[in-house]
Amino acid sequence: MFDLSGMTALVTGASGGIGSAIARALAAQGATLALSGSNEEKLKAFAAELGGDHKILVCNLSDPAAVDALVGQAVEALGGKIDILVNNAGITRDNLILRMKDEEWSDVISVNLEAAFRLARAAAKPMMKARFGRIISITSVVGVTGNPGQANYAASKAGIIGMSKSLGQELASRGITVNCVAPGFIRSAMTDALNDAQKSAILTRIPAGDLGAGEDIGAAVVYLASREAGYVTGQTLHVNGGMAMI
Amino acid sequence: MSETADRVKKIVVEHLGVEAEKVTEDASFIDDLGADSLDIVELVMAFEEEFGVEIPDDAAEKIATVKDAIDYIDSKQ
Repeated sequence: MFDLSGMTALVTGASGGIGSAIARALAAQGATLALSGSNEEKLKAFAAELGGDHKILVCNLSDPAAVDALVGQAVEALGGKIDILVNNAGITRDNLILRMKDEEWSDVISVNLEAAFRLARAAAKPMMKARFGRIISITSVVGVTGNPGQANYAASKAGIIGMSKSLGQELASRGITVNCVAPGFIRSAMTDALNDAQKSAILTRIPAGDLGAGEDIGAAVVYLASREAGYVTGQTLHVNGGMAMI
Repeated sequence: MSETADRVKKIVVEHLGVEAEKVTEDASFIDDLGADSLDIVELVMAFEEEFGVEIPDDAAEKIATVKDAIDYIDSKQ
């Protein structure tokens, strides 16, 4: 089950916490990866750690021309095909609405939502020709529940969910599925920095009684990328220890 | 039959999986050949690739029959 041997994938934000866990999970199932990110040194170090025949592609997702070129570069680096696109990269610029600047809004929409659109549009073409494709976007529980201070981030993540449902309907007849994974609180450098009181306050909201791990997200992406998940499209798989049941 | 017509018909047969005899110049992609809107997009992309022309959206919308496609491509060559 869930064997990805012979499949190729482009993963954005691949050197980050969740991105690297997704990349590890896909590689462990046999996929060959194009690892994209903005920091070449971090990508190189991660690719070396991962081993295998994976490629790295440096890309600034706030630059539309660079984003438009990324899928083509990935197809070339991966030997002529792209089976799986994982839109993982994302940024936050948190602020309460009265204090939120135009750039804080537009930067988040540009990197989180518009880049996902541009990459999906570019990937749909070779996937349609191949009559197979998996487009998986990492959204967030706050895209569904909202979160004070994150109007921009929550809007971008909700936007990805709506976009994926539309693309799922457009592309289903060509063997392409389009889905989302919505993490809740995942252990990361950000959550490590919280003090014990903050941590216990968060944990009271999570029935599972613990933060999630990157591997939990990686496993969800592997499932949606697999041939076995071919009848699942337009869905959002929530991976949050029960903190929101939607 | 023109060379363009031959190449257009070949692409239509390949993409829509229809019999060559059905691909007459008067045939409508949607009504006669069973194409859906996504098939039309794919056909337009295939024509662009085959003939090295760009078919903008407003022109693509007017391509309903095999003849429409042949005429448009010939007018751009």
